[in-house]
Amino acid sequence: MALRELKVCLLGDTGVGKSSIVWRFVEDSFDPNINPTIGASFMTKTVQYQNELHKFLIWDTAGQERFRALAPMYYRGSAAAIIVYDITKEETFSTLKNWVKELRQHGPPNIVVAIAGNKCDLNDVREVLEKDAKDYADSIHAIFVETSAKNAININELFIEISRRIPSTDTNPPSSSKGFKLRRQPSVTKRSCC
Amino acid sequence: MFVHTRSYEDLMSPEDGDVVSRSPEEGRGDQGDQTSMEQISKDFSELSTQLTGMALDLEEEMRPSQEDKMDLSLQTARRDSARSEKEDEDVTMEAWRMHQKHVFVLSEAGKPVYSRYGSEEALSSTMGVMMALVSFLEAEKNAIRSIHADGYKVVFVRRSPLVLVAMARTRQSEQEITHELLYIYYQILSLLTWTQLNHIFQQKQNYDLRRLLAGSERITDNLLDLMARDPSFLMGAARCLPMTAGLRDTVSTCLQQAKAKSLVFSILLSRNQLVSLVRKKDQFLHPIDLHLLFNLISSSSSFREGEAWTPICLPKFNSSGFFHAHISYLEQDMDLCLLLVSTNREDFFTVSDCKRRFQERLRKRGVSHALQEALRTPFYSVSQVGIPDLRHFIYKSKSSGLFTSPEIEAPMSSEEEKQRLLELYQYLHSRAHNSSRPLKNIYFTGPSENLLAWVTSAFELYVCYSPLGTKAAAVSAVNKLMKWIRREEDRLFILTPQTY
Repeated sequence: MALRELKVCLLGDTGVGKSSIVWRFVEDSFDPNINPTIGASFMTKTVQYQNELHKFLIWDTAGQERFRALAPMYYRGSAAAIIVYDITKEETFSTLKNWVKELRQHGPPNIVVAIAGNKCDLNDVREVLEKDAKDYADSIHAIFVETSAKNAININELFIEISRRIPSTDTNPPSSSKGFKLRRQPSVTKRSCC
Repeated sequence: MFVHTRSYEDLMSPEDGDVVSRSPEEGRGDQGDQTSMEQISKDFSELSTQLTGMALDLEEEMRPSQEDKMDLSLQTARRDSARSEKEDEDVTMEAWRMHQKHVFVLSEAGKPVYSRYGSEEALSSTMGVMMALVSFLEAEKNAIRSIHADGYKVVFVRRSPLVLVAMARTRQSEQEITHELLYIYYQILSLLTWTQLNHIFQQKQNYDLRRLLAGSERITDNLLDLMARDPSFLMGAARCLPMTAGLRDTVSTCLQQAKAKSLVFSILLSRNQLVSLVRKKDQFLHPIDLHLLFNLISSSSSFREGEAWTPICLPKFNSSGFFHAHISYLEQDMDLCLLLVSTNREDFFTVSDCKRRFQERLRKRGVSHALQEALRTPFYSVSQVGIPDLRHFIYKSKSSGLFTSPEIEAPMSSEEEKQRLLELYQYLHSRAHNSSRPLKNIYFTGPSENLLAWVTSAFELYVCYSPLGTKAAAVSAVNKLMKWIRREEDRLFILTPQTY
């Protein structure tokens, strides 16, 4: 079965649940007291999509202001970006719009954008209407889902949708770097003398 | 292995925060330090203002006005969820005032940057008063160092563009509190770099630095908690995880072989104890920088999963630029964290591959099991030394920047007793390193234990005995203890530091 590597980065305000979404997807676990990400965190997960294996190379970035300048390093060369907001915090949706703008201006031209309204289990304290977010996502041709990392709602669906949207291999080979290839060949051992 | 700077004294030098980068050679100049130390200590004693009246005023100011309270309720609602309940503590309550040690950081415009307890917003008027105090004395071409009041000390450290203030009920000396404040200052530099910090305030004097530091409060909180219970900071040295020399050498060799061009330091640690450290030739890691790295790792559970990649400034190495640290745990259930420090922020995958190669070598050499075994016994018992009256000790080897000490056992194993023991060591340390009258030998008889301190140019030794022994017995026991340490040296310390 063909293996494809898909580089995906998560963007969005601090505390919206980017890491929780990744943990749910990769480990199928949830920690309500998760600490804020420092810098960025890298994880991988391989899933089957139709007759291919998709290996997601996930860059979970920190939402805090001081790491803002590092974001281009992660979305550059990404096949998809998941921009996350918290449905219970209006301002995180404004931040999301800024991320969309930045991606349009500086991101790779064919990047697949997915918008995830996280914490949909907290419907009682909702501040962002699902319809508003959906309309916005449609206007920029982005994938849209409301997710709950806590209750495992729509997390796998989000990544399946990304798999579906990403153009097939022959038209658009995934961006590769030397690092990825080395990781695939566990038998490589350089004898270095010193 | 580390630069043998006199880290404690080094911290005390007046304006070293303003030095952009310090080469290790500079740090070695002990003699220069000595004279400047004398000068500082003279300044200290001359300038320490005993303003009891002022302290009362200050206390008055601690009670925020009605508007402040309103502000607080509005602001706390908007606080980032990342920080604990500590943040929401009501600063008007007695409980807030009774904390052992408060630490405040403010900008020169008097804007709050950090408060250990309570929200910064609620404390803005208090911080305004602190800045007023600093400015008031500066107008007279003077500098406020500390206020000594009934039962507590207020210590000020000025590192433009920041002012750091501690209010302590502990029995620590002013020097030690200053030392801790400087750690907080370096902690902030490690997040921003000295260059960026200065640039920001040059652009905008009344900048609200909390924006940039958002989410890092937990790292600073953790550093303060760690300093209150881990003697590493007091000693200005790192503790090694005890293991046989053969095992450590194998691990170090594996680590050394998994190198890359951009790597400067490879560090393997377990719960704030050093397992191995490999460095680039001629590059030294200052104990303060190492402590900041230890603190970063222990402050966040976010490193437990995946591989983290974060910019970090090592202020004693170079306060003007960022390194990029690859942080990961080797095995999920194993408390073994690998830290690879690189100069190139684009090098994640190369560095990540170093980790993979390191793990592979460990497996090939078949030391994983032995390593796990060593991790299971991170401390040794003081009874191994074979001195009946001996309760605990700290031995620091000055040339390596490493120290060793056994587990704290009964009757001192409760949290309060551990705390008290550290305070006793702090007391001995401050007496031994008192800048105006340093002491080489101290014998201290307390109600529940006897203590001995011995400071030479090669090592520092602090020993705690049961209260029943005699001074003569204590002195002869020291010889036995030294012999034991010499014998166990290769297990307790890293004797052959590796370079790439």
